[in-house]
Amino acid sequence: MHPAEAAQPAGSQAAQPAGSQAAQPAGSRAAGAARVGAGGTLSARASAPTPAATHRHRATALHPGAWWLWALALGTAATRTTNPLLLALLVTVSAYVVITRRPHTPWSRSYGAFVKLALAVLLIRLLFTTVLGSPIPGTHTLLTLPEVPLPDWAQGIRLGGRVTAEGLTFALYDAMKLATLLICVGAANALANPSRLLKSLPGALYEMGVAVVVALTFAPNLIADVQRLRAARRLRGRPDRGVRGLLQVGLPVLEGALERSVALAAAMDARGYGRTARVPAPVRRTTAALTLGGLLGICAGTYGLLTAAGGTYGIPVLLAGVAAAVGGLWLGGRRTVRTRYRPDRWDARAWLVTASGAAVAALLFLAAARDPAALHPGVVPLVAPALPLWPAAAVLVGLLPAFITPAPEPVSAKEPS
Amino acid sequence: MIRFEDVSVTYDGATEPTVRGIDFEVPEGELVLLAGPSGVGKSTVLGAVGGLVPHFTGGTLSGRVTVAGRDTRTHKPRELADVVGTVGQDPLSHFVTDTVEDELAYGMESLGLAPDVMRRRVEETLDLLGLSDLRSRPIATLSGGQQQRVAIGSVLTPHPDVLVLDEPTSALDPAAAEEVLAVLQRLVHDLGTTVLLAEHRLERVIQYADQVVLLPAPGEAPLIGAPADVMAVSPVYPPVVELGRLAGWSPLPLTIRDARRRASGLRDGLADRQIPDRTPPPSAPLPAPPAPRPAPARWRRRGKAQQATSSPAPYAAEVSSLAVRRDRVQALRHVDLTVVPGETVALMGRNGAGKSTLLSALVGLVAPSAGSVRAGDAVPHRTAPRDLVRRVGLVPQEPRDLLYADTVAAECAAADRDADAAPGTCRSLLSELLPGVADDTHPRDLSEGQRLTLALSVVLTARPPLLLLDEPTRGLDYAAKARLAGILRALAAEGHAIVLATHDVELAAELAHRVVLLAEGEVIADGPAADVVVASPSYAPQVAKVLAPRKWLTVAQVREALA
Repeated sequence: MHPAEAAQPAGSQAAQPAGSQAAQPAGSRAAGAARVGAGGTLSARASAPTPAATHRHRATALHPGAWWLWALALGTAATRTTNPLLLALLVTVSAYVVITRRPHTPWSRSYGAFVKLALAVLLIRLLFTTVLGSPIPGTHTLLTLPEVPLPDWAQGIRLGGRVTAEGLTFALYDAMKLATLLICVGAANALANPSRLLKSLPGALYEMGVAVVVALTFAPNLIADVQRLRAARRLRGRPDRGVRGLLQVGLPVLEGALERSVALAAAMDARGYGRTARVPAPVRRTTAALTLGGLLGICAGTYGLLTAAGGTYGIPVLLAGVAAAVGGLWLGGRRTVRTRYRPDRWDARAWLVTASGAAVAALLFLAAARDPAALHPGVVPLVAPALPLWPAAAVLVGLLPAFITPAPEPVSAKEPS
Repeated sequence: MIRFEDVSVTYDGATEPTVRGIDFEVPEGELVLLAGPSGVGKSTVLGAVGGLVPHFTGGTLSGRVTVAGRDTRTHKPRELADVVGTVGQDPLSHFVTDTVEDELAYGMESLGLAPDVMRRRVEETLDLLGLSDLRSRPIATLSGGQQQRVAIGSVLTPHPDVLVLDEPTSALDPAAAEEVLAVLQRLVHDLGTTVLLAEHRLERVIQYADQVVLLPAPGEAPLIGAPADVMAVSPVYPPVVELGRLAGWSPLPLTIRDARRRASGLRDGLADRQIPDRTPPPSAPLPAPPAPRPAPARWRRRGKAQQATSSPAPYAAEVSSLAVRRDRVQALRHVDLTVVPGETVALMGRNGAGKSTLLSALVGLVAPSAGSVRAGDAVPHRTAPRDLVRRVGLVPQEPRDLLYADTVAAECAAADRDADAAPGTCRSLLSELLPGVADDTHPRDLSEGQRLTLALSVVLTARPPLLLLDEPTRGLDYAAKARLAGILRALAAEGHAIVLATHDVELAAELAHRVVLLAEGEVIADGPAADVVVASPSYAPQVAKVLAPRKWLTVAQVREALA
């Protein structure tokens, strides 16, 4: 009998409402069995029987970087067109992949929030166009708002006045572009846990990465705190809504967050966060020199590239700076003793997913250069947008991940409470 | 394995050392229990093992603490991470990553173990703790018992020689606590891990301990010995020991089994005695709360139902076929419950069974998705907070949530204003329940029990006929618990209806007239306390197990019957 199997009955027996008397012999029985199986050391079987689905999931999960590149490429493609049909197709493609491939985790629910944000952007843009008017000359007047006379210094700004169909359509197309970009970022968030992405940072930056991840997980905790404390205000007989309620819980919430971060810092310290290897002094100095010099080089090089005068030295200085900074990071990595547990592998599927996104972006760039009219339907005069065939086919390439990546594990029957 | 040599710790700004003259040794492979009343410095002693005291907390540590031969003066906590694993009181503040598997690996990653070693140990630990079904689950979605097991697992993977646990079972329901303790016992028996743990609920852990280190009072030197010997003189003891002391057994029994073997004489002696009755005394009804004032505009819209009914309600709380959905989870379904004035009802059930949700529904924090809730004559979620506090009061799981002010006096003054009570009402209530708290104390500096009492006074300022308490005994020692039980009993005698959600079977046995068991959001048992708790081995108090088949619940009952 394996200790793994012995552990199961012990756990399940204790989990049932058995008395303290019943659980104790059960625990020691299992313990006895384990002693036989493990032979005194903890060298039990490495490949213990685990539910196949969950096991497979981690091993075959796509590299989070691939998802981000794919989604950002779709977003880039969206910046090349204002054709509402193409943009809608892009959103549909990303939404289909998200729906079929997102894991059942709390962070994957952020997709809905991004969609709402995109809709809000759309509405705000239309509202501004309605109220502030539009530079697009139009002939189809939909309605005329009373115009507010403004003083001289506010020349060029108009409040109210004519609202034309052309102006609204133009604003709609433009806002759809931004909304599509936002939805693509939301797709990346839903498909790949951002903190997993940060795990792929180089060793020297790892500690910083953890700090960022911890900061990220604090936002949801903070929101939960605010909700709890506002609820507690109700228990004191004070209104639990309104701005004043929010302000009054501010201090206790910050206090709680501070306390929690101190507790977390203690826990992290006790678990070995920040252990460093001894590195000879010359290496340390070289690391510092390389990193600082590299950053200076990058700054100088970028400045050179951006100013007209520095065209000659810009690129070499920038390259030298990047090389020095990379060297500094690599040397700095020698100070950390960390290892990585099951790092995500960049495999053929990751290449394919990235390539499918890149292909969409590249093809739309090409189409925008070849046939700008099809990708930017005119608004003056007002015409119905047509779906250009080839760019639409190119966008569909972005569906590839829905077929080559593993399906998420089915949600467990028992929903966590 | 762990050696304390004449250790005393003085925190910055304190005049007296928090602990003094700590001098003991924990041999390898033993499970040692650190016991004592609240505020004697148990957490300080535990923190000193991992080096968090004084490296992280500040303060001065004199004497010497060595763990596996390493002196904590010269080794920082991170340099002890490979020999000491520490799990604090709140497992949630312990987690760095967001899934179970990553959390188990985190400590090993910090230590720089080879990837194949990490992989193997994660698999072993998943099996050892029965977590393999949860391996890819986000930690935030786990139940309390599961989180506690993940926290223990996360410090086990680096194979520490010493495990330090601060109140590992106090937030858990009885079954989950058994689960965690079974794991600890396995570690001690199979792997020779040394375990040092502090726990207030001695009835859960005392039978597993090889040795007990007792801190009898703040600043006093510890008393070390075999559990039975220490329990004979300890100021804190579980009910089974109290029963043993009452019956004059020697050596004292620590387990139900030991006690049952000796109890035949006691059972015979009690055979013809009447079990003291605990039905609610007929009480004068509390003065009816004033009628709701004309509601401000935004409440009027929602307050129609409440204006229609002004006749006094016969029940302090009435819940009928209530269903609540929270975050897409059906938290409660078809719950029926009535509470009459003067009655004390204990809500029990697993972590996540819906106890807190039911209490929240009774104070209007959540709206029912079906069915109805009434607290006295009000519909809680449609009543303005100012009027509701006079009908129902809730002391939340974390009493600190209720306290905003800098000083006790300011808190009491605010409570009087909130409740429209005469100035000084809250303060006099507090002095009555908890004598000797200075006006200028910061609520944060109070002990858990004192803070709970302050929150209780704040809630009672409005004299609500219905009083709700969520998990009131978490972190309380036996003395604070007995004081709380006394207060609640007096309130019930005055005519308050009390509903408490608790995992503490001894408290329920002590106080409750009725016990309601919840499972997966449904009521699975509702009846007189003696009938419900004795029927379930998990929820039976120790005295009931020892003196079965008759339904004695508490030592106090036995004492009264014998007197």
